[in-house]
Amino acid sequence: MVRTRPLTPYLFIAPLVGLLVFIFGYPLARVFDFSTRRIRGFDGPSVGFANFEALFADPVFWLAVRHNLQLLLAIIPLLLLSLLLAIALYERLGGWRIFRTIVFLPYILAIPIVAVVLRNMFQLNGPINTVLRSVGLEGLALDWLGDADIALWTVMAMIIWRESAFGVVLFLSRLLSLNEELAESAQLDGANWWQRTLYIVIPQLRGVIEFYLVLSLITLLAAVFSYVYIVPGRGGPGNATMILELYIYNWAFDKRLPGMGAAVSVVLFLVTIVFMVLMFRLRRQAAAEEVG
Amino acid sequence: MQRRLAAPAASAPVESGKGAAKQRGLGVVLSLQGLLIIAVLVALAPAAFMIMTSLKTPEQYNIDRLGLPDPFTFGNYAQVISQHPFLLWMANSAILSVGSVLVSTAVAALGAYAIARMRFRGRELLLSLSTSLMAVPPVVMVVPLFVMFTQIGLVGTYQGVILIYAGLLTPFSVYLLVTFFRTIPTELIEAALIDGATPLGVLTRIILPLSGAPLVTLFIVNLLYVWNDLLIALLFLPNENLRTLMVGISVFQGRYLQNIPLSMAGMALASVPMLILYIVFQRYFIRGLVAGAVKG
Repeated sequence: MVRTRPLTPYLFIAPLVGLLVFIFGYPLARVFDFSTRRIRGFDGPSVGFANFEALFADPVFWLAVRHNLQLLLAIIPLLLLSLLLAIALYERLGGWRIFRTIVFLPYILAIPIVAVVLRNMFQLNGPINTVLRSVGLEGLALDWLGDADIALWTVMAMIIWRESAFGVVLFLSRLLSLNEELAESAQLDGANWWQRTLYIVIPQLRGVIEFYLVLSLITLLAAVFSYVYIVPGRGGPGNATMILELYIYNWAFDKRLPGMGAAVSVVLFLVTIVFMVLMFRLRRQAAAEEVG
Repeated sequence: MQRRLAAPAASAPVESGKGAAKQRGLGVVLSLQGLLIIAVLVALAPAAFMIMTSLKTPEQYNIDRLGLPDPFTFGNYAQVISQHPFLLWMANSAILSVGSVLVSTAVAALGAYAIARMRFRGRELLLSLSTSLMAVPPVVMVVPLFVMFTQIGLVGTYQGVILIYAGLLTPFSVYLLVTFFRTIPTELIEAALIDGATPLGVLTRIILPLSGAPLVTLFIVNLLYVWNDLLIALLFLPNENLRTLMVGISVFQGRYLQNIPLSMAGMALASVPMLILYIVFQRYFIRGLVAGAVKG
């Protein structure tokens, strides 16, 4: 610590505190306030929990919740796929650096761009179905985005395609920093590749796997707006890909009922608090390791 | 990993090819290599489709979805550039990205220096609160922010949107800079103070010049975040002449649902700036995004 005049630290943190209060603090307080009012323009009368009652009575709300929950399933393929690819890259077979560069590419492309390109690829007469038909898998050439029963799964596949790229790089950078003596001595003891990977390498990734899980859960809950806004077109067909973010957007900005939008935001915020706590604990652990 | 996450900028990526004498069955090697090749093809397929299709005429695309363009036509690109303000959109995105990153970095550097190296009440609380804000989804703040910004006339202004982005970026910036600043020896700072430097002078003349790596990381991660955002730009910049690239292409693609080659030319064009940055700064991208995991 450096000695300063008593006021100096407060001058240094003043802009930080101001900005965080302006963009996070005040809006978060207001969103709770708004959720109990019928807002027209800037303000409105208090209506108690009427917004929440209307919300819970709206089948579309439950549909959006269900879709968000369904998207959480993507966590399993995301984790397995990125772990597998990271381990494959870790073997440093020929050309692995180029492979790494390319595997990370999906993450560099912006979601709206990815969404537009993939949407065209998944059209009924698009290239994916063309390939499927040409190899005799006629039955698999589905209406990937037009069919309400499939559209959300298709969106999920797109999310997995882009977001696993990040997992690969995250896991790989941890793998490359591992101490290899453990795996080497296990090899001397006669452990084969599978045993070394399953029992020696993966357990050492526990921390980063936990971190990736929390991060992906937050992404799947609250950072998929760009996919559903563009891909099937605003949560369509019908409400087949409606999710909470878009539902907030619709209430607040299409129907111009900010009170309702705020009520949904409160629900989403309360859910993410759980994840904030998780994240916070992981960070604390990290800080403790740093000191120790 | 936590350790790397906690001190991402300080530790150089380990990329040595050590441990070469690993024993693996041929089956394992072949299946891993096969897996990687498939993954690379899947990762590349959309980009390949985008570029190939953008070089076809609509008639050609209707006949042949997958083949090589024959002949190659650059007409789609010419049409996109001449009829749509892609360059204006890119300029808008660039102004917002750079502006937000600068504001956020300045605010975060001041705060992080105080948190890392000065003693004051509520220091740990401030760091904890700021860090946990990384997990709050922006969409939660959007409704009250929009009402507030409408009230004070900040909707449709660069300043207003830069403030929002800067705010959203700052928790991560603070986190990363605090972690790095704590690794800078106190003796350096004390020596400068004894020589009569002010605390602000210490920050700008001693600490920041030593912080090249985390600053580049911050710059790239945060730039990518603002550049790629759709939600905030869509809501807070309704004016046509202030559209960002992401809003621009979401409007653009809606107009050409039937003309896929033209649409793909637009997407390819829109990908160029970040691709160039990625190729030039690849190391920082990977290191930075791993460190900046929380920005998703």
